[in-house]
Amino acid sequence: MKHILSVLVNDTPGVVTRVSALFSKRNYNIKSFVGCETHIPGTSTLIIVVYGDDEIIEQITKQLRKLIDVIEVSDITQKKHVSRELVLIRVKADTKVRSEIIQIVDIFRANIVDFQNSSLMIEATGDEDKIDALVEALKSFEILEIVKTGEISMVRKNV
Amino acid sequence: MIKTGAEILIECLKNEGVDIVFGYPGGQVIPLYDKLYDSDLRHILVRHEQGAAHAADGYARVTGKVGVCIATSGPGATNLVTGIATAYMDSIPIVAITGQVKSHLLGKDSFQEADIVGITMPIVKHSYIVKDIKELAATVKEAFYIARTGRPGPVIIDVPSDIQLSSIEYSPLTEIKVKGYCYDDNFINGNVDEMLDLIGKAQRPIIAAGGGIIASGAHNELLEFAEKLNIPVVTTLMAVGAFDTDHPLCLGMLGMHGTRYANYAVCQCDLFIAIGMRFDDRVTGDPGQFAKDAKKIQIDIDDAEIGKIVPVDMGIVGDAAKILGEALKRLSCNPVNSDRRDWINRVRELREEYPLKFEESGTLKPQYVIKRIYELTEGKAIITTDVGEHQMWAAQYNKSKIQRSFLTSGGLGTMGYGFPAAIGAQAAFPGKTVICISGDGSFQMNSQELMTAVRYNLPVIIAIVNNGYLGMVRQWQELLYNERYSETDIKEQPDFVKLAEAYGAVGMRVTKKEEVDDCILKAINLRKTILIDFVVDRFENVYPFVPAGSTLDNMIGG
Repeated sequence: MKHILSVLVNDTPGVVTRVSALFSKRNYNIKSFVGCETHIPGTSTLIIVVYGDDEIIEQITKQLRKLIDVIEVSDITQKKHVSRELVLIRVKADTKVRSEIIQIVDIFRANIVDFQNSSLMIEATGDEDKIDALVEALKSFEILEIVKTGEISMVRKNV
Repeated sequence: MIKTGAEILIECLKNEGVDIVFGYPGGQVIPLYDKLYDSDLRHILVRHEQGAAHAADGYARVTGKVGVCIATSGPGATNLVTGIATAYMDSIPIVAITGQVKSHLLGKDSFQEADIVGITMPIVKHSYIVKDIKELAATVKEAFYIARTGRPGPVIIDVPSDIQLSSIEYSPLTEIKVKGYCYDDNFINGNVDEMLDLIGKAQRPIIAAGGGIIASGAHNELLEFAEKLNIPVVTTLMAVGAFDTDHPLCLGMLGMHGTRYANYAVCQCDLFIAIGMRFDDRVTGDPGQFAKDAKKIQIDIDDAEIGKIVPVDMGIVGDAAKILGEALKRLSCNPVNSDRRDWINRVRELREEYPLKFEESGTLKPQYVIKRIYELTEGKAIITTDVGEHQMWAAQYNKSKIQRSFLTSGGLGTMGYGFPAAIGAQAAFPGKTVICISGDGSFQMNSQELMTAVRYNLPVIIAIVNNGYLGMVRQWQELLYNERYSETDIKEQPDFVKLAEAYGAVGMRVTKKEEVDDCILKAINLRKTILIDFVVDRFENVYPFVPAGSTLDNMIGG
């Protein structure tokens, strides 16, 4: 089962290594790992997506909490949350197929961010399903390159 | 007052109550050693940095304080790694201080540069590289706090040499706050009443005491708890000495080389109460089959240990002494059933039926040597061991009943641990008898420390159980690999007596049973660094033996 862990850490050198090393040491697989500064100076949030049964996730969570630089760990999978990925896709696009591709881009509310004679670069944000669906739709053309970020997530709540 | 980084380091160590440090100088810790030269901090010069880490570990195990070791950058620091990993696996508080190349040379593959913080990340509780002298004092304070509180463990502080040399206004810190780490002595998370309720309902409970009993100093609470509730106690290797082996409720060690009666009792119990033990595979055998008819309660200071290997019915997180103390308090006003005549009788029968035994006749037996060391020291010596057959025999036949008097590398199984650990223990308690029980293989992994023991007049006794084999591996090859003794015959040995003499120690050799007592007594009374080469039966095996991954009732021999 997919789990999204939101981990608040001290923004110290090596903290990402400590967290990721814990995963490799314990033989857990990471699907995606995104880190960024927060609004609180000196802290970062890591959004880690992992697959595993409840026991494994519990163990991962507890091991994470033991790291000195980890301030807080929450598994937000079961909470209402918003998840986003960002993707950049370069597609081969000559004049014959260009309009068709632009239509698809519109349907997905994606953007064209680079326009060349024979290719287009498309930018899209969305949850994993949307990004997968867009990539699938563009597969009937020739995809030249894909770059994707990991997933970031935030809990919906009334503060 | 303006002080240099090196001076601040020494001040901070003294403020933490450090009296002895173990180390080895080198290019990038010269500033620190230069200040040590003038300080009243006692420094013990080892002959290999691994020895410094193990000595600090031995010091920590016998005193309950934080052990400190120092090494230079690069190879000095990497030589500490085995010692740090050993301390990590056994939850021993040590602080390792390593010199590092100057800040501006970091990351440039400079001479003797190694990313020791990166290298040790999976085997430390926490680590620091000090890049600003302003952080140095707080770093040392944090390091000691983290090493000694909660589940203890090793912490490393890497200090570039320019930081050691630079100066700053220094005043001692009295308080620190580590964001994300806060340890509360009295914290208990779990239901003690529910635990007592489960114990009250159990017909055949058993307590498994682990190293956590020693770390927490829960010796007396454990004894009172077991006696009050009439529950038999098994110990792990790490808890040898935590519960008196001669006590009627004591079943000795469980696991791969545990007693038959301990393992049978575990297989037959209906409630398994684990206290400060982490279900190591050497203890459980097949975890899926471990005490499979029993409910399980696990008490541990580390939340992540609860149910990590074997699922448990209830977990209580907190300090073992505090939790047992709390339970005893509640029992005094609200007693639970402690009448377990049938179970206690059953356990007694098991003990009588399957005693630990060995053939005493014929050649000199290793078990006999260890038994006599135990008897002639009246169980009062501090025993350290290396790793292998002699270690298991020591755990079986040295019936320690004093906490912090049996030092052994349990989790990592580090050959070469015993002798430097004995040096650390002897440095802490110069007046005590400290005996390192070693093997001919293990001893050669750190024999250079003979020089350290001799130089500081540390009267450590090294008892080598010499069978000319890497015995434990040989035993596995005999029983599980069709007697194919690949590279375990080490009959070609240095002359250990001459080796000891070469370093200025006393060497003795014992080949016959009749010589054992005289030699041990002479060694105890001489108060010098002494090596005794006990030439024993080459083919003796450690029994009982649960093959790895098997169930505990499936024992070979014994």
